[in-house]
Amino acid sequence: MAEPRRLLSVLLLGLLVTLPAHAQLTVQITQGVNAPIPVAVVPFAGDGLAVDVAAVVEADLARSGRFAGLARTAMPQRPTAAAQFDATQWRLVKTDYLVLGRVLHDGDRYLVEFELYNVLTGARLLAYSVTAAATGLRLAAHRTADLIYEKILGVPGAFASRIAYVLVEGPPASRRWKLVVADADGENPVVVVNSPQPLMSPTWSPDGTRLAYVSFEGHASGVWIQNMLTGSREKVSGRPGINGAPAWSPDGQRLALALSQPDGNVDVFVMELASRALLRVTDDPAIDTEPCFAPDGQSLYFTSDRAGRPQIYHIVLAAGERPKRVTFEGNYNARPRVSPDGTQLAVVTQDQGAYRIATVDVATGRSKVVTSGRLDEGPSFAPNGQTVVYAARERGRGVLATAAVDSGVTSRISAASGDVREPAWSPRL
Amino acid sequence: MKRILSLALIVALSSLLAACPKKPTTVPNANAGQVVAPVSGASTGSASADANQVRPLANDSASSAGSEGVLASTIRFEYDSSEIKAEYAPVISAQGKRLAADRRATVRLEGHTDERGSAEYNVALGERRAQAVKKALLLQGASESQLSTVSYGEERPVTDGHDEAAWAQNRRVEIIVLAAH
Repeated sequence: MAEPRRLLSVLLLGLLVTLPAHAQLTVQITQGVNAPIPVAVVPFAGDGLAVDVAAVVEADLARSGRFAGLARTAMPQRPTAAAQFDATQWRLVKTDYLVLGRVLHDGDRYLVEFELYNVLTGARLLAYSVTAAATGLRLAAHRTADLIYEKILGVPGAFASRIAYVLVEGPPASRRWKLVVADADGENPVVVVNSPQPLMSPTWSPDGTRLAYVSFEGHASGVWIQNMLTGSREKVSGRPGINGAPAWSPDGQRLALALSQPDGNVDVFVMELASRALLRVTDDPAIDTEPCFAPDGQSLYFTSDRAGRPQIYHIVLAAGERPKRVTFEGNYNARPRVSPDGTQLAVVTQDQGAYRIATVDVATGRSKVVTSGRLDEGPSFAPNGQTVVYAARERGRGVLATAAVDSGVTSRISAASGDVREPAWSPRL
Repeated sequence: MKRILSLALIVALSSLLAACPKKPTTVPNANAGQVVAPVSGASTGSASADANQVRPLANDSASSAGSEGVLASTIRFEYDSSEIKAEYAPVISAQGKRLAADRRATVRLEGHTDERGSAEYNVALGERRAQAVKKALLLQGASESQLSTVSYGEERPVTDGHDEAAWAQNRRVEIIVLAAH
């Protein structure tokens, strides 16, 4: 009896690792800018490649909503080197920019060389060589798209990054929670934890090698840290009651947490990871939770209902400091996340009876609703601060969506099945 | 040149990261104890075996499936409230007296919210509800050592709907009677 069952286990594991199709995400632009910049990405030279590098680059640029690609059938020529590029032919197809390149074998690795041209002037704007491991061609393509995006728009791209999310599958009675890590374009999803109990609140370490998250294994909440390189995991907080809402300090040495007292009241703490020593940050009979470090590591934003309804507060991590309220617009503002430059918060806000994502200007307290769903939650900034990814409900199903902070571009990221929730955008890879 | 070199290094390093094989960590179920090591070679198949341990009551079984213990009662709450409504006084009274009469009996109070709002805030709100029921049971003669609480926030709805009726069902505390040790 033992043997067949073991075989089944092996088969199932194989399915999880090699065929994560159920976790695969599809990204769709739902709203772009009015006049996206036309850019032609000519197929790269290179034989027997597993990845169409030019297609990945073009898809990244198009997915940002800021660019429009050019169909290959509409290309007047297919240059792969500077000498072949004839700007006059390209001016006729009304493209502003052109990308050409080639993939060269370099032992067991690849060298991706690309050039970016201004079609109008014929000037070469960029020329880079990107080294990639045999399995890293997609990543090299994302890095290429990042550089093109930055050159044209003046802001770094965020294509070479990942998104961690929780995939919830099955009806309430036999539900499973999966913690999944995928590339920012939804490709290469990998299930890193699979549990019959809830998984929540994944968040990336600043170096992108570890995830902290909440797991309810054993019918109790615990905060875990899992190494993405080795797969090893460790429970860093498993006190009685609530162990939740982990948030890394910018130096990766500390973890802010929400922990409950024996009477169930939740307060914010900071744990020194090396020693596990806890520093109490808040002490109030209200709910204090969802901490988030400011980029300088010296202060925290958090949610508190000390004024009756949840609002965002800010506290400096020094003896005797008192929290200051940050949000005053609307009667529900929760789950702050700080933009990489520290100037904005992304929060969940109540807006016309719905729950939506808003950005809050830290200096003025002014807030701006950037989504239009009914049950939007869990915003997370892209590493370039241009976009937030968040969880939305669409026809009863949980999907991820993105909203640009300034440009109005939105996209939807959905899985083939199940609810996708609690996205966390990684640092740039 | 220097910039190209550092870029190449970054990409090479992150490619290494991407290439690193990862096996999903299958969390074994519940009563395996507090310390759960990553189980390499474990499967989803083994995890579903625990269904045998579930003996839910016939009429309100959904949310306790997949956990040990038996759902004894459900207490429902108003939106953003942890106040126990008067209609639940008989339930609290009966459960409290039962616990007072049998000191070996233990229950787990599982707090839940509806899906609206942020997930971790809802965990805190669910804990408040569980604590409210705990206080009420203590007043009925149950002792501290017989009661444990956990809040699942919005993670474990009893129904999958997304309207007022579904939300009202999901805002609750479940009293789970645990097997005697």
